[in-house]
Amino acid sequence: MSNQPERITVAKTYKLFIGGKFPRSESGRVYPVTDRKGNFLANAAHASRKDVRDAVVAARKAFPGWSGATAYNRGQVLYRVAEVLEGRRDQFVAEVGAAEGLSGRRAETVVDAAIDRWVWYAGWTDKVASVLGAANPVAGPYFSFTVPEPTGVVGILAPQKSSLLGLVSVLAPALATGCTAVVVSSAERPLPAITLSEVLATSDLPGGVANILTGRAAELGPWLASHGDVNALDPTGAEDRAELAREAAGTVKRVLAVPAEEPDWTQRPDIARLRRYLEAKTVWHPMGV
Amino acid sequence: MPVFEYAPAPESRDLANLKPSYRPFIDGEFVDGGGEPLKTVNPATEEVLAEVSTASAADIDTAVKAARKAFEKTWGPMPGSERAKYLFRIARLIQERSRELAVLETLDNGKPIKESRDSDLPLVAAHFFYHAGWADKLDYAGYGPDPKPLGVAGQIIPWNFPLLMLAWKIAPALATGNTVVLKPAETTPLTALVFGEICQQAGLPPGVVNILPGAGDVGARLVGHPGIDKIAFTGSTEVGKLIQRQVAGTPKRLTLELGGKAANVVFDDAPLDQAVEGIVNGIFFNQGHVCCAGSRLLAQESVAEELLDKLRHRISTLRLGDPLDKNTDVGAINSAEQLTRIRELADSGEAEGAQRWTSPCPVPDRGFFFAPTVFSGVHQSMRIAREEIFGPVLSVLTFRTPDEAVAKANNTPYGLSAGIWSEKGSRILWTANRLRAGVVWANTFNRFDPAAPFGGYQESGFGREGGRTGLEGYLSV
Repeated sequence: MSNQPERITVAKTYKLFIGGKFPRSESGRVYPVTDRKGNFLANAAHASRKDVRDAVVAARKAFPGWSGATAYNRGQVLYRVAEVLEGRRDQFVAEVGAAEGLSGRRAETVVDAAIDRWVWYAGWTDKVASVLGAANPVAGPYFSFTVPEPTGVVGILAPQKSSLLGLVSVLAPALATGCTAVVVSSAERPLPAITLSEVLATSDLPGGVANILTGRAAELGPWLASHGDVNALDPTGAEDRAELAREAAGTVKRVLAVPAEEPDWTQRPDIARLRRYLEAKTVWHPMGV
Repeated sequence: MPVFEYAPAPESRDLANLKPSYRPFIDGEFVDGGGEPLKTVNPATEEVLAEVSTASAADIDTAVKAARKAFEKTWGPMPGSERAKYLFRIARLIQERSRELAVLETLDNGKPIKESRDSDLPLVAAHFFYHAGWADKLDYAGYGPDPKPLGVAGQIIPWNFPLLMLAWKIAPALATGNTVVLKPAETTPLTALVFGEICQQAGLPPGVVNILPGAGDVGARLVGHPGIDKIAFTGSTEVGKLIQRQVAGTPKRLTLELGGKAANVVFDDAPLDQAVEGIVNGIFFNQGHVCCAGSRLLAQESVAEELLDKLRHRISTLRLGDPLDKNTDVGAINSAEQLTRIRELADSGEAEGAQRWTSPCPVPDRGFFFAPTVFSGVHQSMRIAREEIFGPVLSVLTFRTPDEAVAKANNTPYGLSAGIWSEKGSRILWTANRLRAGVVWANTFNRFDPAAPFGGYQESGFGREGGRTGLEGYLSV
């Protein structure tokens, strides 16, 4: 009895998340992911320029539907994501713990904060317009109003240290505004991002609204920054932000101003990240009989 | 029926108090600039109006230092309620001197006096009034309690609305507690320098507003100056991209108000006579020197011919000529350089196969003028449908379905403005919702108000001017 072999676990092959599907990298490349002590965890897909372009195509295709959905509906979908996140809480605690080298309790706190953060942003979808929009009291017989609208496809270089809470803190606001996103996950700590992809795929989020690539920000960032069909760039997880900002100028991209050091994601955010992804549209119409 | 001719109704150019020379306004004083002096020309007559002393690199330093000192010592610490009173004073002084400023603007810029008098100047005053009221209410602007100014703002403005663009830049900057160094356009510096006098008359503390005339090199130095915290630029997309590149990687904040290629969408149920007026206003207002000009007319196929006939007939009645004549509808092109560019683009339209129609109006033999021109049979691939012409040239395209109209309207890297003409409310709202533009005018065009945010999507720039949204560009939020 005692020489019965131990059960071999089913090892998982990690892939990209593009257009609601889980392809391997077009390049066929992978890279090893380890825990904080250097033990091998898994190979992650090493996304290429072509994967970035495919993800942008998917994000653009999803944009009319997602931005055109009612704010109420977007809120429902995002809250559903939080529900599925909660259901996978234990898995996230284990993965975040391994990725970030946190004890069980600390990892639980981080995962709880990430779920709560997602819920917070989910509740914003149907409030930004009334907080940031306006009826403009113009000096003439016109009805003039201003509504915030999503700017389009957002390229996000996710925080390198905070593998889940940081990722949620940069992705959720982009989705809440009605933008669609292409995210490059933390290079060293990508596994929670892949599990988040599985959550997004199995909640009600339409395919292509969020696309998550595992790979190197230094390699993929310039393609996102210079891509003509990407409307905004969040360089949080990038090293050479100045160069990315110069690339982004080629298409007058909106570039998020981010601090040099990765922020403390446990702090409650304000709506600055929501605001940066919104365009103000002012509509005028004559009034009279 | 007899045809009545218009008698000339010239406004007196003496009202402009034109001086032979103008100087930079730095730290509360008019001083000799160390740059190469420039001559500013009346584009309607090609005569030299005045010599303008321009800023050197040392002058820029002096101005930025003065602005920094004013920000730290006087303007920044001043309670908003006191700042507000200065802005109210400025607004009143502008109203009092509006006739002088309107005439001077028309002399320097070439725009019809009718427009500088009835459109530009009232709006200039309105911008200072509107923002004056914000100065002591910033807690309520929606950016949290006690939002802070950025510091010294470097501002670069174009020649199409010299004084109005100054107001759009300076009023919100001062209301939020910033100090400014502003560079007016090379060809239209005069009213900005008279604004320096108004600052003196208002008793504004020295250094709060500095005006540095000069060409692109002065602007580039200003953008690169380490003592500047924020750059606000209005001008071409090409220059905007250069500035965005230059500012990249620095802590400077940036807002850009760039070019446009607005679509004016006319549905078959539109009130056609009203639409014609709106189209004319949309493209011939200020000789088409308007970043939000409705330069692409998208007409639904079933009414396109009728609309074009009405349009040509109406355009034929526009009076082109002396900008100081109160009967003039279309004034002078701002510079020889701009006239060359308009001609080149219009020629490309013909070369690419569009049909050109030019108003038969008489054109003066002196000065820079371009008769109102309409191209029909325009395809989306043509340069006249894609590039900003910044002149009185309208390109007409057609569409069959609302979806096609939206697709064609959005088929541009720009996204500043758009127009919709329809009697059907639901169709207007449907279309307005889908157009990727910062300002959408429905059954009207070219309306501006300090309370209504203005600005673009995509390559028309980022940031808004006016309204509560416009304050964001000058606050550390």
